[in-house]
Amino acid sequence: MSRPEDTLLADVHYDDVEARKYTTSSRIQNIQASMTRRALELLDLKTPSLILDVGCGSGLSGEILSDIPPEEGGPHVWIGMDISPSMLDVALQRDVEGDLFLADIGQGVPFRAGTFDAAISISAIQWLCNAESSETSPQQRLARFFGGLYQSLKRGGRAVCQFYPKNDVQKQMITSAAVKAGFGAGMLEDDPDTKNVKVYLVLTAGQSAVANTRSGDITGVVENMEGVDVVDNRRTGKSSGKGEIKKGSKQWIIKKKEQMERKGKVVKSTSKYTGRKRRIAF
Amino acid sequence: MKLLTLNFLTCAVKSCKSSSDSFPLHPKDAELASDDVEVNPELLVNLLPRLDWKALKTTSTELGFPQLPDSPPTVEELQADEKLLRDLHSLLMETNLMEGKLVCGVCGHEYAVREGIPNFLLPSHLV
Repeated sequence: MSRPEDTLLADVHYDDVEARKYTTSSRIQNIQASMTRRALELLDLKTPSLILDVGCGSGLSGEILSDIPPEEGGPHVWIGMDISPSMLDVALQRDVEGDLFLADIGQGVPFRAGTFDAAISISAIQWLCNAESSETSPQQRLARFFGGLYQSLKRGGRAVCQFYPKNDVQKQMITSAAVKAGFGAGMLEDDPDTKNVKVYLVLTAGQSAVANTRSGDITGVVENMEGVDVVDNRRTGKSSGKGEIKKGSKQWIIKKKEQMERKGKVVKSTSKYTGRKRRIAF
Repeated sequence: MKLLTLNFLTCAVKSCKSSSDSFPLHPKDAELASDDVEVNPELLVNLLPRLDWKALKTTSTELGFPQLPDSPPTVEELQADEKLLRDLHSLLMETNLMEGKLVCGVCGHEYAVREGIPNFLLPSHLV
């Protein structure tokens, strides 16, 4: 089955018919619900919080956020952004409690710094990997989104984004954009190597002022979970040396010969004798 | 859109981000509605330090509400005074902007609000 992201833009694909089908399908409701709960588990919120729902659609995940009982740290107040008017219309009909915004996440997150306790995104951010028009590129959209998200989260705030990467390239693109924006990032895969693999991008926005042991950081939360790859570019690694070709070796000689040839000089052809140790005559 | 959200919303235009006047957005031709929401004291206590009280004063005056006190209540005051908590809850969570426009103080861009949903889609030259 082809991916909807390959054929159409997000707001075009989710028109009224598709929006209704999406929301009323019990299969989709169940999948979205379980992914939302999983994301909430990863967010580990202890008190009622202000949450940003990126790509909220018809509010399937938002409803769960509003219904979290006090014993589990809820209920939460959420603000949702989506690009499809039809999906938001369905959300209005379902009378969701969160505030809805018609917005393109690739254009940024228009809230002041430190607004949100946390952010959640279910099945949305892979749509950023498409070039909508010739004026912006996926990299720009991803950069704008993650930059805006980083700024609008409080320090130490977490974001969990479940998405459907088309391939490893997309996974890399999204993760590196998040890290460039300043997040500490990790990738969690549920049911890896199966058809039902679910990929969660888990992000932390900076250090919180109150850091309790290491779990102020998302790497602390996921430490005990299986199947988690932590990509943490906040630590500076040793940069690799100049180059790998040792001066004086055969590869170096051949490289130099190619350089000279490009310059237009006369160069002897390469043979098995190139760079071979000569017999010392004297 | 709750009044609470309006206290956090800024202009989305790129060039406005650096200016502090792009917040708060000014409501124009606003139509309000009142909702019934269960009071969540823990949430209000959580949000209180993050609220921009000056902006909240500006916004509530622009919408025609009575003038708010100059300084925000402290957490202790909020937890002690039930009526204060209810009033704040009613203002932030139960007052909804249903129709109208939100105007940026810097660039003058107007965001339309329809059925409680603001339209923040920007033409590409403004992003």
